[in-house]
This record gives sequence, C-alpha cells and structure tokens, in this order.
Amino acid sequence: MSHPSHAQPSISSVFTALVRRDVTLAWGQGGASLLALGFFLIAVSLFPFGVGPEPQILARIAPGIIWVVALLASVVSLDRLYQADYEDGSLDDLVLSPMGLVGIAGAKVLAHWLSTTLPLAVAAPALAVLLNFPDEGYWVLVGSLLIGTPALSLIGSIGASLTVAVRRGGVLMFLLILPLYVPTLIFGVGAVDAAVMMGDPLPHLALLAATTLIALVVSLAASAAALKLALE
Amino acid sequence: MTDANPIFDSGTRLSGSGLACRRGGRRVFEGLNFEVQAGDFLSLTGKNGSGKSTLLRLIAGFLPKKSGTISYSCSGNASDFLVSDDFMLVGHQNGLKPGFTLRENASFYYRLMTGSTPAAKRLQIAADIFALDSLLDEPVQYFSSGQRHRSALMRLPLVARQIWLMDEPTVGLDADNRAALAALIQHHMACGGIVIAATHDPMGVAGNVLDMDQFQPNTGNSDDMDEGWL
Amino acid sequence: MHRFANPAQFNRLADAVMPWAMIATVLLFGAGLYYALIGSPPDYQQGESVRVMYVHVPAAWMGMFIYVVIAVASFVALVWRHPLALLAGKAAAPIGATFTALALITGMLWGKPMWGTYWVWDGRLTSVLVQFFLYLGYMALWKAMDDEEKAGNAASILALVGVVNIPIIKFSVDWWSTLHQPASVMRLDGPTIDGTMLVPLFLMAAAYQVYFIVVFIWRMKLEVNNRKLSVMRGSGMEN
Repeated sequence: MSHPSHAQPSISSVFTALVRRDVTLAWGQGGASLLALGFFLIAVSLFPFGVGPEPQILARIAPGIIWVVALLASVVSLDRLYQADYEDGSLDDLVLSPMGLVGIAGAKVLAHWLSTTLPLAVAAPALAVLLNFPDEGYWVLVGSLLIGTPALSLIGSIGASLTVAVRRGGVLMFLLILPLYVPTLIFGVGAVDAAVMMGDPLPHLALLAATTLIALVVSLAASAAALKLALE
Repeated sequence: MTDANPIFDSGTRLSGSGLACRRGGRRVFEGLNFEVQAGDFLSLTGKNGSGKSTLLRLIAGFLPKKSGTISYSCSGNASDFLVSDDFMLVGHQNGLKPGFTLRENASFYYRLMTGSTPAAKRLQIAADIFALDSLLDEPVQYFSSGQRHRSALMRLPLVARQIWLMDEPTVGLDADNRAALAALIQHHMACGGIVIAATHDPMGVAGNVLDMDQFQPNTGNSDDMDEGWL
Repeated sequence: MHRFANPAQFNRLADAVMPWAMIATVLLFGAGLYYALIGSPPDYQQGESVRVMYVHVPAAWMGMFIYVVIAVASFVALVWRHPLALLAGKAAAPIGATFTALALITGMLWGKPMWGTYWVWDGRLTSVLVQFFLYLGYMALWKAMDDEEKAGNAASILALVGVVNIPIIKFSVDWWSTLHQPASVMRLDGPTIDGTMLVPLFLMAAAYQVYFIVVFIWRMKLEVNNRKLSVMRGSGMEN
C-alpha cells in the first residue's frame, strides 16, 4: 500500500475500460448483441411472407424494411443499457469513478453502438440480397446505416436512462423513443431511396449526419440528467 | 498490513451541519450534525428507516439535501462540495457482473477508479484478506451470497480512497471475516483514512457513534403541509 | 417565482381566477360555436364541411401550446426543483393529449370529404400524430414509477427532449411528405382564408384557451390535494 493516494487518473483510460467491459458483456454469454443480430435476420426474412415474394415489390420496400428492422433490433437490445448496472449497484461505482455522468453515458452508448448496432449495419447487405435489393444502392445502404445508427443508440440511451428505475420498462421505453426516431428513419431511408432511384443521396446523408450530431448533444445531456435523478 | 505510514492527507475534515433530507415526500431526518477527520471511525446506529443509508448516499453526493451544509477540507484548501474521487461506497448491492470472474470484476473496478491496470500481486493481496484467493479465477455467478459480499469488500484494500462509506458491511460475514474487516478498518484509520459505517452490530472498532434516532423529525407538524409538502 | 411555491398561495390565486375563467368559457364557446356553425358562410370550394376547421385548427394549436406549457413547467421543475411546476406538467398533459386527439380525429373527418380518405400521410397530420405519441410517452412515464418525484423528474426530462425534437421532427416530416406527395393536396395555409372565417376561428381558439385554464386549475388542485394526502398518510419510500 505504498501507492500515493492521488495519482491523477487518466479519464480516457477509464472511458476505454468501460467501453471494453460493456462490449465484452454484450458479446458474452447471455449478451444482447447476438440476440439483436438474430432478431434482425429473422424479422427481415418475415417480410416476404407478409407482402408476397414478388421481386419488384420487395426491391421497392427493401430500404424501408432494413432500416425499420435495424431500428427495432437496436431498441430491443437497449432496454438493459443502464438497468443491469443500476440493479447490481455498479452504476453507483461508475458515478464514483473519476469520469462524470456524461462520460459514462458516452462510453455506454459507444459500447452499445460498437457491439450491437454496428454489426447490424455490416449484416445489412446480406439481407438486402434476400430482398432483391438493387445493386446500385449497396454502398449508400451501408453508409446511411453507419451514419444513422449512432443516433439510434444515442436516442435509445435517453429512453433507457429515463426508465432505468422502472421494472419491466422495456415496452415503456419503446413508447418514449420511437417518436424521436422519426427524423433518422426518414433521412436514412430517403438516402437509400434516392440512390436506388438514381437520385442524389448526398443531401439526405448530410441531413442524417446532422440528426446524429444533434442526437449526440441532446442525448448525452439528457441521459446524464436522467441517471443522476434515478440514483437519488 | 501493519505498516502505519499515513498515506492520506492528515488534514482532511468532513463535516455536516443542520442536514435535512426528504425522500418520496417523507422527512427522513433533520438537524443532523456530524464531523469526522483523518483517522476517524464513525458508526451510524438507529432503527430501520432512521436514514442511515440515506445519510451515506447524501455524503457521497447521490442525494440532494433539503437544507444544511456539508463541508470538506484538506490541508490548505477548503471546499463546500465533495470530490467523488475520495469516496468509496460499499452498499447492499455488490456491483459484480456474474459472467466475469472475480479477477475480471476486480480488475475492471480498479481500472474504473484509477485508469490503470492492477498488478497481479495487488489483486492477490486484496483477495487474501477475505480468503478469496482460491476464487479469483472463478466466475462470480457460482458464488454464494457471502462470497459475493466479501468480493465487494475486497475493493476496499484494492483501491486507495480516503473515505469509506459502508452500509451494513458485516451482514453475512462469519467471525473470521469480521475480524479481517475490523483489522482492515483499523489499518485504514492508521493510514489516515476515514470510515463511516451504518451498522446494527458492533464492528469491533473503536470510534464515535452517531445515533440517527435523535434526528427524527417530529411528526404531525402542521407547517409541513404548506411549506415542504413534497 | 417562489411566491407560488406555496400551495396555499396557489389555491388562493386559483380560486380568484376560477369564476371568471368559467364565465369566459361559456361566453366564448357560445359565440364561437354560433359563428362557426351558423354565423359564417360555407366555403366556396369545401362547402359546409369547412366548419370542421373551426374545431380542428384551434385544437391543433392547443395541442402545441400545451406541450410548450409542459416544457416550460418541466424546465422550472428541473432547474429550480419546484414541486408545483412538476405537478403543473402532470396536470396539463392529459388536456393537451385530448386536444391533440381531437385535432387528429376531426382532421380525419375533414379529410374524408376533402381527400376521399380518412388519413393521408401529409406533413401536418403526421407531425400531429408524432406529437400525440410524445404526450402518451410523457403520461406513461409519470404513471410508471411509484415515487412521484422521480417519475415527475424523468417525465420532465422527456418533455424537454421532446421540445428540442419537435422542430426537427416537423422539418423531417414536412420534407418527407413533399417528397412523397403530389403537390395537389389541400392545404390550409394559403390565401383561401377569408376574414369571415377568421372570426369564428379566433373565437374558438380563445374558448379553448379559457377552457384549458379552467380544467388545468381543477386538475392542479386535485394533484395538490392528492399530494397532501399522500404526505399525511406518510406513504414515503423506505430508504
């Protein structure tokens, strides 16, 4: 115990430690990532049964299906984002760490995006094949998901932090955040539609990026405030 | 472990005066005063619901106070807000991830608090204190509740923090581990640490006692309705 | 601000305002409905069905206005930790949700003769629908927690997030609907609004406004009394 009591800890390595722990937990046993990916695959492949197998119809609605299902898959994995830590007491530890609540929310959201939402964007082209998705749209599909999905994790973090103290808060969280997803969905699908219909996807992508940036600011502030109030 | 070189600031003082707190529309305590300084042990006693856990969470900065002041000073400078970096809270929940081994849990905790990776030796020493050395590489999900509680206590020697806030730390501990905890607390005090513990049982450590029952608000006070009805 | 921190003060103010607000409600509704249903001419294009507008448009305005009221109350509640503001948001929300629902339903009834269908995904209807969802979320969050103060704080944060998002949602939905809709859809904003239509429109809007004040004060008093009751019962959370 000859340790000096106050070696100034580096915030970035605390941040990294939390991101790494959450990614490990998400991919570990009982983690949310594989479940979300499985949900994504199965839910997308249900659509042909619902709307019929005609290739033209599927190709027309493919961008919408992929975006909506990616959004839902991201949400189903979000309801435990803070709740698990809240229930086992590690949220208290996080608050007493040298990193502030905004940093905690940022690390948790980044970990969720890396472990759960990013794999959906990577898997999307494989599903697009099943839906007879036109070749010229692939890059924009993946690009729009890469730009837009951080907003899904960020906005989801607001819902997850607000319902952290609610038992079985999952459905409630759906209700809170789905309306807030509307702009991301509109611009994301808009970009892919534009690419497929030989339009210019760039304005859509720019608006999508703007939505994500606004979500970054609003979400971290709101999540930090919600967590602080939940711990009272 | 008997080495008593003070490693914490010996000028640290933490005091609260006129503290009042409300939770869920109920007044938990009011007019509460306390004071501790480096090397002190303070045990909070009182019946259930007298606000022992509430006071600990108030000191740690989780809860807002309704009135009163908490002041915190170290050698040379004083401040009326608390630096969370100086606290360690051991509560009813143990903050362990069941899928991780004890070593992984403890290493993460160390990284979270200090930003660096703990030396294997340090983990070993901390685990030894509560006879957890053979369990270090077992996943926590197979631990009994007593083992989990000891795993949570293992953080105390692992990360150096001056002020320990403990909520019923002796619950579920056998005689050997109680003695180990008492020795650990005594060592911490000798190093200039401060311990505030809410407890029903005697901890085997000499120190001051704060009886929470004396700060109970008298009920039926009618001005309560108009002023502080929430 | 802190003059109203005291519920007794609030009750006195409420009791003073209440009779006047009730009289104003009756008078304004009487005049507004007369002009809306009888005293104004039918539209040359829409015929008698234009009268739905006098119910519909002020309801949509109120839906938006009350959301702003909730957002301001939430801000006050969070920044100054003001319990009465917390309850103000709670009291206002169901009224705002009802006005928003009224705007949606009358919009659909109006749409049937105008567009030949009850629902079109036009920018206006869609953003009113999203706003209705935000109301539902706010009220659901209030109901979700046993600890009123925690529930109210969480709901207040949601209301503020919502108010930041409403312009973004509105912009995106408008943009989306112009991409997907032919421009021939009937729109309200345009030179078609005649002076004879403005009179009933504003009378109805004023009637809704005072009606809101009456119901809001009632609900506030109810919430304050409920709160007092639960404090008296000592139903506080165990720590």
